[in-house]
Amino acid sequence: MINKPKSSNLDFLNGDEAVAYGAKLCRPHVIAVYPITPQTIVVERLSEFIANKLMDCEYVYVESEHSAMCAAMGASLVGARAFTATSSQGLAYMHEMLHYVSGSRFPIVMMNANRTLAAPWNIFGDQRDSLAQRDTGWIQVYVENGQEALDMIIQAYAIAENDRVYTPVMVNLDGFVNTHTYELVDVPAQHEVDEFLPPFRSKNAIDFNHPRSFCMTASTEWNTEFRYQQQQAMNHAQEVIEEVDQKFGDKFGRYYGGLVEEVRCEDAEVVLVGMGSVIGTSRIVVDKLRDMSLKVGLVKLRFYRPFPAECFKGLSPRVKAIGIIDRDISFGYEGAAASDIKAALSSSGVGPKVINFIAGIAGRDITKENIEEMYYKLFNLTQGKDEQELQFIGLRW
Amino acid sequence: MVKVKNLTDKEYLYGHKACPGCGLGTIGRLALKILGERTIVALPASCMSTVTTQYPQMNYAVPSLTMAFAGTGAVLTGMSAGLKAQGVTDVHVLGLAGDGGTADIGLQALSGAVERGDDFIYICYDNEAYMNTGVQRSSLTPIGANTTNSPAGTASYGEKKPKKNLFEIMIAHRIPYAATASSAYPYDFMNKMEKTKRIRGPKFIHIMCPCPTGWGFASDLAVKIGKLAVETGMWYLAEYENGKVKMNVMPKTIKPVEEYLMKQRRFKHLTAENIKLIQEHRDSEWRLIRERWLSFTAGSRKDTG
Repeated sequence: MINKPKSSNLDFLNGDEAVAYGAKLCRPHVIAVYPITPQTIVVERLSEFIANKLMDCEYVYVESEHSAMCAAMGASLVGARAFTATSSQGLAYMHEMLHYVSGSRFPIVMMNANRTLAAPWNIFGDQRDSLAQRDTGWIQVYVENGQEALDMIIQAYAIAENDRVYTPVMVNLDGFVNTHTYELVDVPAQHEVDEFLPPFRSKNAIDFNHPRSFCMTASTEWNTEFRYQQQQAMNHAQEVIEEVDQKFGDKFGRYYGGLVEEVRCEDAEVVLVGMGSVIGTSRIVVDKLRDMSLKVGLVKLRFYRPFPAECFKGLSPRVKAIGIIDRDISFGYEGAAASDIKAALSSSGVGPKVINFIAGIAGRDITKENIEEMYYKLFNLTQGKDEQELQFIGLRW
Repeated sequence: MVKVKNLTDKEYLYGHKACPGCGLGTIGRLALKILGERTIVALPASCMSTVTTQYPQMNYAVPSLTMAFAGTGAVLTGMSAGLKAQGVTDVHVLGLAGDGGTADIGLQALSGAVERGDDFIYICYDNEAYMNTGVQRSSLTPIGANTTNSPAGTASYGEKKPKKNLFEIMIAHRIPYAATASSAYPYDFMNKMEKTKRIRGPKFIHIMCPCPTGWGFASDLAVKIGKLAVETGMWYLAEYENGKVKMNVMPKTIKPVEEYLMKQRRFKHLTAENIKLIQEHRDSEWRLIRERWLSFTAGSRKDTG
């Protein structure tokens, strides 16, 4: 990540507030949201902006998350830029609509506060909620801090509304660790965002001169072709994500690396991969271990869909062992990111050894010590010692 | 009042695949003739969406959106909000949903949209069961009806519960305009549609749509069956506006329910005792209508904003 802001308007914001400012700067026509912890501050700030005429948009008090996504879809149909935000149970509740929106190619942007799913009931963070939405056809990005949250809301519209993409984007923030942590955040000026993100002129909206049916039934004869187009859009999104990152960096001075960011991986023997807030902690550990002359690296998996398989194929011949931190587990197998990364590694023909670390479940901290321990376990592998392929970190028994 | 000679010759719904005798096509066609070409139609999973929006043969000459079963009310909200945010004020937003999509799975979204006071027209066409999936009962299936999952049998007379009253649910929201209608009374329906054009906020029409396939009658009897429903008091044509309920057709003498029931396969199994139960239920509903609604003025809802 390169952070050289060209101008600076620093504010002390938590992640939810950063999202609200990001959304405000994108000038959505319609916001339809339903409150759920830990997303609620987004809802509150946006309401305050509107109540104080700091923002001009239609704010819809929907009665559920399912309706939030329905309303966003209806708005997008008539050419409006739509925003929504949710978390956990709310995301699960709108699951059906996620398919509808991506399948009918409405470029809606949604913030998701990553929180575990009941049962056992818990309001704190892990990534089970969004990872379970893997096949809904949404682009998914995971951010590390408030600044990236704000920036990615803006970038998300640029990606979603790109002609080659027309696919919705979900911006994920770790519940509480990101959503409720205050940091200094550079809030760009409105005119700068306006220059970066022009007004939405939807190519997938109603036109009374050329009436079309949207989201219609596609029978067996045609359904595959619609799906193929979605896959192509995701493939195009890989390029568009890189282009938007570059353009955003050129405008605002912050480059995030696109699909992934590699941290000190050049000559690394062992590498950890993670998503979201764990990256911030891991950076510190990497620097510490590097100071001890240990060749460690870190991969920040920013986009989970489209999945940056090429990155891992490239990494495969260079490193001896890879640890994958998953803040979720697909019961009966392993963490979601681990499965995808292992598949990419093995398709390269040379497979480094892999450990899947299950950590940070339902808000449990992933400490510096935990991360250090993960690196040492990876070194054990490089030295020929046995390590289990799947390990729960900090398990109490 | 709508005059046929003044109706547009333009067709906005044609070429659909509805069963012979089905009132769906008539309902959609007449509604769109009244509303005109600057209308957007939202359709949840239903007979209506199945018979009109099968790619690549699209049957609407206005923009349409096929939608999730549960979300009609909310998607109408979104369309309405999106248009308002862009300063568009001359477009009608129309939902066309079935009885299950309205009274069961879609009730929450509809209630939310009506409570919010969003500007849309919602037509619930009621064929009294999940016809699209093969005649399973909904909460609008009438008592005694034989459906594929409330079958009549040695220990059952079919559907056990009377029909839910959607009209009263809408009145409970203090909606600006609600009406009941029937595909067998097209003038009445068109006049009601005409009213929805002039009223801002949510408008709701619950229209009975006799279903030859699911109810079991010959396709040329659809209008007759629809009229008999009203003449036997099994359905009524009413309006709610300005806090008042008005009956549009008040039968002088209500015919015996057998005249309606016995013309349909779904009721053929009923015994004299079953029919008596249905008749009693009908009578108690009419007492309620007379005592509660026809002599009552509810406070109309006024937004202050």
